[in-house]
Amino acid sequence: MSTTALHIAFDVDQVRRHFPILKREVKGKPLVYFDNAATTQKPVEVIDALTSYYQYFNANIHRGIHSLAEEATAAYEATRDTVQQFINARQREEIIFTRGVTESINLVAYTWARTNLKAGDEIMISGMEHHSNIVPWQLIAEMTGATLKVIPVDDNGELMMDEFHKLLSEKVKLVSVVHASNSLGTINPVKEIIDAAHKVGAIVMLDGAQSTVHLDIDVQELDCDFFAISSHKVYGPTGIGVLYGKRALLEAMPPFMGGGEMIKDVTFEKTTWNELPYKFEAGTPNIADTVALKAAIDFVQRIGKKQIRLHEEELLRYATEELQSIDGIRLIGQAKQKVSVASFVVEGVHPQDLGILLDNQGVAVRTGHHCTQPLMNRFGIPGTTRASFAMYNTKDEIDVMIAGLHKAIKLLR
Amino acid sequence: MSEVKSIAEIEEEIVDDFSLFDTWDEKYEYIIDMGKKLKPLEDEHKKDENKIKGCQSTVWMVSEFKDGKVVYRAESDAVIVKGLVSLLIRVLSGHAPKEIIDAKLDFIDKIGMKQHLAQTRSNGLLSMVKQMKLDATVYLAQQASKN
Repeated sequence: MSTTALHIAFDVDQVRRHFPILKREVKGKPLVYFDNAATTQKPVEVIDALTSYYQYFNANIHRGIHSLAEEATAAYEATRDTVQQFINARQREEIIFTRGVTESINLVAYTWARTNLKAGDEIMISGMEHHSNIVPWQLIAEMTGATLKVIPVDDNGELMMDEFHKLLSEKVKLVSVVHASNSLGTINPVKEIIDAAHKVGAIVMLDGAQSTVHLDIDVQELDCDFFAISSHKVYGPTGIGVLYGKRALLEAMPPFMGGGEMIKDVTFEKTTWNELPYKFEAGTPNIADTVALKAAIDFVQRIGKKQIRLHEEELLRYATEELQSIDGIRLIGQAKQKVSVASFVVEGVHPQDLGILLDNQGVAVRTGHHCTQPLMNRFGIPGTTRASFAMYNTKDEIDVMIAGLHKAIKLLR
Repeated sequence: MSEVKSIAEIEEEIVDDFSLFDTWDEKYEYIIDMGKKLKPLEDEHKKDENKIKGCQSTVWMVSEFKDGKVVYRAESDAVIVKGLVSLLIRVLSGHAPKEIIDAKLDFIDKIGMKQHLAQTRSNGLLSMVKQMKLDATVYLAQQASKN
């Protein structure tokens, strides 16, 4: 298919028809949903996948001999294959289902990091991490005696790469950074980070919570050691996520949680672990949501990430332009490479007040510190108002938000 | 008979005020106006120990016990919250501890504020009420120990 054909095929009105929630009203006004960095809305394909699992083939997986169990197992494992292709992992065994990015990061922290780090070692994160990519490492640092190093952020909201290279030494054993920032939208130069970290013998984990839905992810090309994905930010259900890990690392790691499924043989004397990926999937997993994740990825691929990206880039460009026309506004995060996140503060106006008054006009935005308190401290602000865009948003909706902002600011000042 | 209105009477007044508004825009305009009019708290009171937990924005509140009545003063960095605080102060401040502890504060529901505010913000509002009642409880205990 040519690029032109792809471009013509993207019709935002058609796309919107897949999302039933977009028909609803909030406070008597049509819903304008700009909180996509927190969670995306779900297309009817995902909702159907969820209900059809429970209606037609609900069964526990892997062990059952009956037809339903076989169908459920096949659907569950089909998602693993889809995810493998989606991020271009070498093998399906490198795809571990978790509850989400937070659990994926904790899994690596409590297995790889807890057993491999010792006093004197360093863990490197960045100044724009979500709390879920700060706190687990603080806990591990406390347990192992390792220390935490932080790559600073500049005024535009970009990582100070000179500082990164200065901080990097052979003491650093693990670098865990966010691929795209949820608060600023910044897309980080992760390839440069990965290559440099590998040179000093460190492994690299990427938090892909915000990047997976916007960017093409190729874990082989990136050569990252771990990559964390959240389903609900990719138009899939909540409560399911993925940890990608290089096979050799996963093989060498101890299990995360003990229970059923993750064992090969259990005696009271000794237990042996199941093979990958099951070693890390103890207990009955979140089958329905995993099955529906496949529907979400299929949907995204059918629309085409490139087209989604072009549409979202246009929305971000338009929103940035319109926002800058507002008196006293300050955009937080003006990196050259951004995903579709517009974060801002308005002089003399508290973000919470803006959020409430926008909600009153049917516009859903996020306000607050976005679980990145150290980053807010870096900019000397308590929080921002954040509008984040998805494939189903339109310029008309941005106009509604801008008009709402004008009205709110007038009232509040 | 004292001229001072009871908590229930003030609540009724507020419910009456809000019944004049047809739209939420008007209600918010009123709340914001109340917030802007709230007397600012001196900087010396804006310290961690006076912060109310559970709010997305910051609320500082202090109270004192004078002539058998509890007097509250508060401020927030967000003006809508400040307006809500101002309503709570209008209702509860200047009353005896027992009356404050027993106050049902139905007006929050009646003016539609509880349903209208999202859960987290509503929790913030409830934390404020809780703190105000807690202060009143402390003063009541102090009063009892003196008698």
